[in-house]
Amino acid sequence: MSFDSLSSFLDMGGHALYVWSAYGIGVLVIAANLIAPAVTRRRFFATEGERLRRSEVSEDEVKS
Amino acid sequence: MDSAASALKSWWHRMGSPRSFYAIAERAAPWFLGVGVAAIVVGLVWGLAFAPPDYQQGNSFRIMYLHVPTAILAQSVYLMIGAAGLVLLVWRMKLADMLIVAAAPFGLAMTALALITGAIWGKPTWGTWWVWDARTTSMLVQLFLYFGLIALRQAIPREETAGRACAILAVVGTVNIPIIKYSVDWWLTLHQPSTFKLTEAPSMPPEMYLPLLVSVIGFYALFGGLAFARTANVILERERATQWVRALVRSRAQ
Repeated sequence: MSFDSLSSFLDMGGHALYVWSAYGIGVLVIAANLIAPAVTRRRFFATEGERLRRSEVSEDEVKS
Repeated sequence: MDSAASALKSWWHRMGSPRSFYAIAERAAPWFLGVGVAAIVVGLVWGLAFAPPDYQQGNSFRIMYLHVPTAILAQSVYLMIGAAGLVLLVWRMKLADMLIVAAAPFGLAMTALALITGAIWGKPTWGTWWVWDARTTSMLVQLFLYFGLIALRQAIPREETAGRACAILAVVGTVNIPIIKYSVDWWLTLHQPSTFKLTEAPSMPPEMYLPLLVSVIGFYALFGGLAFARTANVILERERATQWVRALVRSRAQ
């Protein structure tokens, strides 16, 4: 550990604002990049599954 | 020799087929993402809490553990995009176009992060958020290249035309990469030279550069995982009318 206390770690030798804002933005950007493809994937299977089910239902109606 | 050549050829065809690439991507993505996130967490925590402070900059230098990897990735991602562009133009491989679509948003994110963390680091170190010197300006050009790729894609409705236009922009845009890389050597600048060089030992002690190395490896793995995951999504979207995607959708709906 390079710091002797939690408060000195948080203070970053007076550079807290710079260090923590940089890391805060970094974590947000990485999290957004991780979440986005998972959401796209889930949405694709939901909407495409729904569309296929509907088209199959309408095909059945035509047949009967 | 012949069998090696035919094995290579069949591998190339397999990689080029969206269906088999989807199977590979879906299995590989979670591993790359897991390793990437773990290495980034280790590298950043190590750099933030355990690396010794810089004798001149104190603790603000810890922004380096985020700034350097994102700046490296901003360029590596573009090199991959440029290579994919070349493959698309020469062999008309559909998958190369999908890779460009999948990689561009992450490249944009990395370039933006490198610029933002650089500005935040510049304030306490250089006394200014921004200077119009060669390194920062060429990095800003890089940001616009990524914006251009994404905007060009959306501006052209026909997929094939859009793909070729983006591929040309991707290939031409790679001239900016050596400009970024050598900007700190060719022009007078506030920016410090590269931390890692292939030909020399790092100027930092291991306690400082090891966490950086872990962080860089983590960002590369993260990029690999996101490229697989996003390419898989593009494949699903574009191949939605095919039998195999329909079967996959049905099997997941049950």
